[in-house]
Amino acid sequence: MKNLYLIAYLDLKESIRAKWFLVYSLVFGGLIALFFIAGVTESQVMGFSGLSRLLLMYIQITIVILPIFILITTVRSISGDRDNHILEYMLSFPISLKQYYWGKIIGRFITVYIPVLFAMIIAIVYGAMKGADIPWSIFFLYTGLLFSLSSTFLGIAFFISSFVKSSEVALGIAFFIWIFLLAFIDIALISLMMQQRFNEGFIIFIAMINPMELFRVAAISLFDPELTVMGPVAYYILDLMSQRAFVLLSIGYPLLLGVLFAWFGFMIFKKKDLV
Amino acid sequence: MIEIKNLTKKFGSHVSLDNVSCSFKKNDSVALMGANGAGKTTLIRSILGYYHPDSGEVLINGSNPIKERIKVLQDISFVPQLPPPIKLSIQELMHYISVSANVEVELIKHYANEMKLDISANLSKSFFKLSGGMKQKLLIAISLAKKSSIIIYDEPTANLDPKARDDFYRLLRKNEDEKTLLFVTHRLEEVQELVNRQIYMDMGKIISDEIF
Ligand SMILES: Nc1ncnc2c1ncn2[C@@H]1O[C@H](COP(=O)(O)OP(=O)(O)OP(=O)(O)O)[C@@H](O)[C@H]1O
Ligand SMILES: [Mg+2]
Repeated sequence: MKNLYLIAYLDLKESIRAKWFLVYSLVFGGLIALFFIAGVTESQVMGFSGLSRLLLMYIQITIVILPIFILITTVRSISGDRDNHILEYMLSFPISLKQYYWGKIIGRFITVYIPVLFAMIIAIVYGAMKGADIPWSIFFLYTGLLFSLSSTFLGIAFFISSFVKSSEVALGIAFFIWIFLLAFIDIALISLMMQQRFNEGFIIFIAMINPMELFRVAAISLFDPELTVMGPVAYYILDLMSQRAFVLLSIGYPLLLGVLFAWFGFMIFKKKDLV
Repeated sequence: MIEIKNLTKKFGSHVSLDNVSCSFKKNDSVALMGANGAGKTTLIRSILGYYHPDSGEVLINGSNPIKERIKVLQDISFVPQLPPPIKLSIQELMHYISVSANVEVELIKHYANEMKLDISANLSKSFFKLSGGMKQKLLIAISLAKKSSIIIYDEPTANLDPKARDDFYRLLRKNEDEKTLLFVTHRLEEVQELVNRQIYMDMGKIISDEIF
């Protein structure tokens, strides 16, 4: 266990010093600052106002940019260390591959999760100081959603990192996955719908196994418990499960997905030559 | 005690180690030589358990270095051919080594001092920002501070100035008793006094193995 913490701790320290971490933190912190400057909390849209509205906007943007941030910064972690012979030296000490790999993941997780969480906390504190009501339930839901969003893409990134040969390919795959989840599924689903060859339940199932789609729906679900924004799709979902169960699913399933990908990555890492 | 039995390692169609068998015992100090691309580094990495062999096996004191890597690596000190661009600071790197391999930081500092490397002035500097020779000095200091019975050096002196080389050989002579020393080198005359066995490799095979 001490080696696991050791690896996580050192990776965390190394990341925090890195330039990408600074940019990363500034983007999410800046987003919140921008919202306040633009007076998002004062405006009213769809009946949401104040901090709730700000958090909703924050998470909608975060759902789009957090995955690509995580993918780009993490997708080379193992493969990069292998390419430039860092693994060759660091693994010449008596540390198990399990401790090394999972330690790296834990360290990286803390690095990517803390800034997005922190930005939200700043928003809450600043909002409270200006006398706004604090929407605790939304805050806690988003804390959970961001946690599982981070874990999904971190898992995918480590999975890719465990087998790719070159950094360029790793980046290419990362971009593809992001674009695919972000846009292609939406477009593909609409065209499937229009063809009317499959029943709607099936298409919704496909949409919901896409973690990014699931987050989008879950993020709005507290404002709109009937999921009216989703139109007829909502009936299928709410027919199938309660709103509470849906929220749990939207956190639990992506989390599981992330852990699974990370675990597959570990299996590959263990089976392959280390240098 | 290192035993290598019929070890073959291929990369694609290229055979880097071709049915290599040999063993290294306590008090063996071996100069491992051969042309570029002969397979020396591949052999060393196989001993460290980095490669999954195509056939054959490696045993270190009876243990497989892949399956029992912790046990095996506890007893090996290693300096690679090229110092890697580790981004940790020197302090962090020493912390990593002291926790994972139970090496005293003071001892690393002691050997660094003997190698004329001033660590305290560079503690918070990134490892990769040191000069090539300084990196090698630190890795050598670490390898000596880690009290192992097997010491493996893959050309560790490439970037060292003549003075530093002398320091290094002097330290090594003091520390090689009761150990197995594997030393990859292209300059036999430098290590002649240090070794008692010479192995030549070519095209993935051991072509001569002399003990004297
Ligand atoms: N990871 C790898 N993938 C493909 N080929 C490799 C790999 N590692 C080594 N080789 C090949 O195996 C052969 C032996 O390489 P090795 O590094 O063991 O040589 P060496 O004896 O250490 O040479 P040098 O004196 O230049 O360090 C070379 O032909 C090299 O191209
Ligand atoms: Mg070599």
